[in-house]
Amino acid sequence: MKRLYFDHNATTPIAEAVFKAMSAYLKGVFGNPSSVHALGREAKGAIEQARLQVADLIGAAPEEIVFVSGGTESINLAISGTAALYKGGRIIASQVEHPAVLNSCAYLERAGFEVIYLPVDSRGIVEIPPFTAALTPDTRLISIMLANNETGSIQPIKELAAIAREQGLRFHTDAVQAVGKLPLKVDELGVQLLSLSGHKLYGPKGIGALYIRSGTKIMPQLHGGHHERGLRPGTENITGIVGLGAACQLAKAHMIEDAAYISKLANTLWYKLNERIEGLTLNGHAAKKLPGTLNISFAGISGESLLMNLDLEGIAVSAGSACSAGSLKASHVLLALGLSEEQARSSLRISIGRDNTLAEIDTLVEALCRIVARLRGRVGKVPCD
Amino acid sequence: MSPVYFDHIAGTPPYPAVVEAMLPYLKEHYGNPSSLHQAGKAAKQALEQARTQVAGLVGANAEEIYFTASGSEANNLALKGVAQARQKKGRHIISSKIEHYSVLHPLKSLSRQGFEISYVPVDEQGIVDPQAVQQAIRPDTILVSIMLANNEVGSIQPLAQIGKITRDKEIYLHTDAVAAAGRIPLKVEELGVDLLSLASDQFHGPQGVGALYARQGTRFLPHIEGGTQEGGKRAGSYNVAGIVGMGCAARLIGRDMPDISRSLTNLHQKLINGLESKIGDIVITGHKSQRIPGHVSLCVKYIEGESMLLFLDMQGFAVASGSACTSLALKRSQVLEAIGIDAATANGSMVISLGKDNTEAQVDRFLEILPPIVERLRRMSPLYKLGN
Repeated sequence: MKRLYFDHNATTPIAEAVFKAMSAYLKGVFGNPSSVHALGREAKGAIEQARLQVADLIGAAPEEIVFVSGGTESINLAISGTAALYKGGRIIASQVEHPAVLNSCAYLERAGFEVIYLPVDSRGIVEIPPFTAALTPDTRLISIMLANNETGSIQPIKELAAIAREQGLRFHTDAVQAVGKLPLKVDELGVQLLSLSGHKLYGPKGIGALYIRSGTKIMPQLHGGHHERGLRPGTENITGIVGLGAACQLAKAHMIEDAAYISKLANTLWYKLNERIEGLTLNGHAAKKLPGTLNISFAGISGESLLMNLDLEGIAVSAGSACSAGSLKASHVLLALGLSEEQARSSLRISIGRDNTLAEIDTLVEALCRIVARLRGRVGKVPCD
Repeated sequence: MSPVYFDHIAGTPPYPAVVEAMLPYLKEHYGNPSSLHQAGKAAKQALEQARTQVAGLVGANAEEIYFTASGSEANNLALKGVAQARQKKGRHIISSKIEHYSVLHPLKSLSRQGFEISYVPVDEQGIVDPQAVQQAIRPDTILVSIMLANNEVGSIQPLAQIGKITRDKEIYLHTDAVAAAGRIPLKVEELGVDLLSLASDQFHGPQGVGALYARQGTRFLPHIEGGTQEGGKRAGSYNVAGIVGMGCAARLIGRDMPDISRSLTNLHQKLINGLESKIGDIVITGHKSQRIPGHVSLCVKYIEGESMLLFLDMQGFAVASGSACTSLALKRSQVLEAIGIDAATANGSMVISLGKDNTEAQVDRFLEILPPIVERLRRMSPLYKLGN
């Protein structure tokens, strides 16, 4: 059975060029970048080249990039590394953040910080007036994601960060889902901290980076050697770093045409599904969103059973965020948009990537039509498990 | 000419089979192990197989292994995680003066948060006296952290004896086994440890992957918050390929260790004998017999380790002057200080760490190349003239 993959927000397959760069590195050079000898220096050189590639994609200077083990660690470093500069104060986040942000904030609440979770409108967007009203002089950090992993909605980071900057407040954005999909430059966004992850942009898993605007102080969260200027000790995952660099370089070259192509596939999918299936709602912002993300509620059907039925046909989608899969809780993101528990549970996240084709979209449409008809026909008669 | 690699304590090149095992997980099996669909499940299976393999290397159960991004992270997680989880019971921790920075620096950070740390001394061979640990124990002691093998002087600590002391006292015992795992046989039960840190690149696995063993029931809090990976103890999408590589390396090194360790012990003995007979005024540091196979550490008096290292580098030998992790710090190593080496002597420190692919011919060649370098550097050294 040919498998179809529509879960690119959970993780992306690795690009061929990235794979080549990594396997060449794995098989070839070996050295600890902290060693002084030639092999160590060569490894160090590979890391510095990757740092340039990452910086280049987001318009940063290479010395503003710190490599970490993934998006989650990057977010933890930004939030806890800022909070550690203070004894208390206010942290502002939104209700639709990734668990990496929400759980970091929950930890800080236990440590005595006050955390404000801003609501979003029905399309998942943070509104300016409540945002402005939440800002106080003792606000230590604002952390609002650039694009949401479940709905794809894009926040007005530029506007929000500009307001924060006027008051001298620090702004972090979780751009894990956005980097490589949307053209973005840190200077235009006006943020001091930005998190990104390798495996969301056709790079490897287990590698990420934090952009730290020059002059922004951060307390390291791991303690050890002097790697990454003391900000993140631990022997570097060089192969991963080389892969992240290659993925960023590739994203820079292909992002615009990929986005146009993916957008076309997503529009076709939505159009065809709507034509064939009753009771669909598209969650999130219709226009200001990631090109490949469709979060759809199927009235009267559980997203989980849709997912399992699609999986049996070899089609991978998601019923929410992969990181909270299996937790059986309704998505906190969809609830924040004002959906009922039932509506939230009836949703499916389809995230399209550049390797998907129009023919695959048609297969997905056919499968969904079949499964939805079957499940709706059996509503009330399906056993609980 | 490809340089001869004598710096295995900074990291060991991966087994070719490890690289081959990893490649499919970089490419076709790209699923996120946390996803519910097939692509996710396949990745999850690979992850769990690797967990079993890593557990096998240290005699643990698979569910006692938590994957991290490095040995440093495992050390941080163990120390800070236990300190946070047990601070109501007490805020006293015992460690030694020769720990790696990824133990010493988290401890420093904990001491700023109000924890009290007692550092037990080591003897001139770099060995912790279990009696000293016993004496340092207080009613509020919650954790003892002593490394299994020291990366700079190679000494292997009497962990099992320390384990007997902590076991009855409800004190957690953590060991940084980063430099030991894959080089000496170890079983968590025999050592009596509750927590143990590992790094894949120390036993021919990939860089950027590590693991923490935590005995079932050991309480520690996570330090990276986010999703529910690793039972909530360590959030973040999995480095699947890296973890698969670590599992494969654990399996292979478990198989090869007896042979490798025999041949490395012979090689390092030959190297030590050669150095002692060919170069005067050197101090071999660490314990004579209780040391990591293949590990030779010494101080060459009257010269600077760093210049020796660069001359050797030009002649095609990669060695280290101390810990790679502190190479940029250019301070006297705290380990050499702890074993009583004076600052001037410590300047000439060198660590030669052999690995499974090194040969007797390479050792012979090294023994030919080093003496003239030492002689040349000593001729330029004002200290040498003073000393002689």
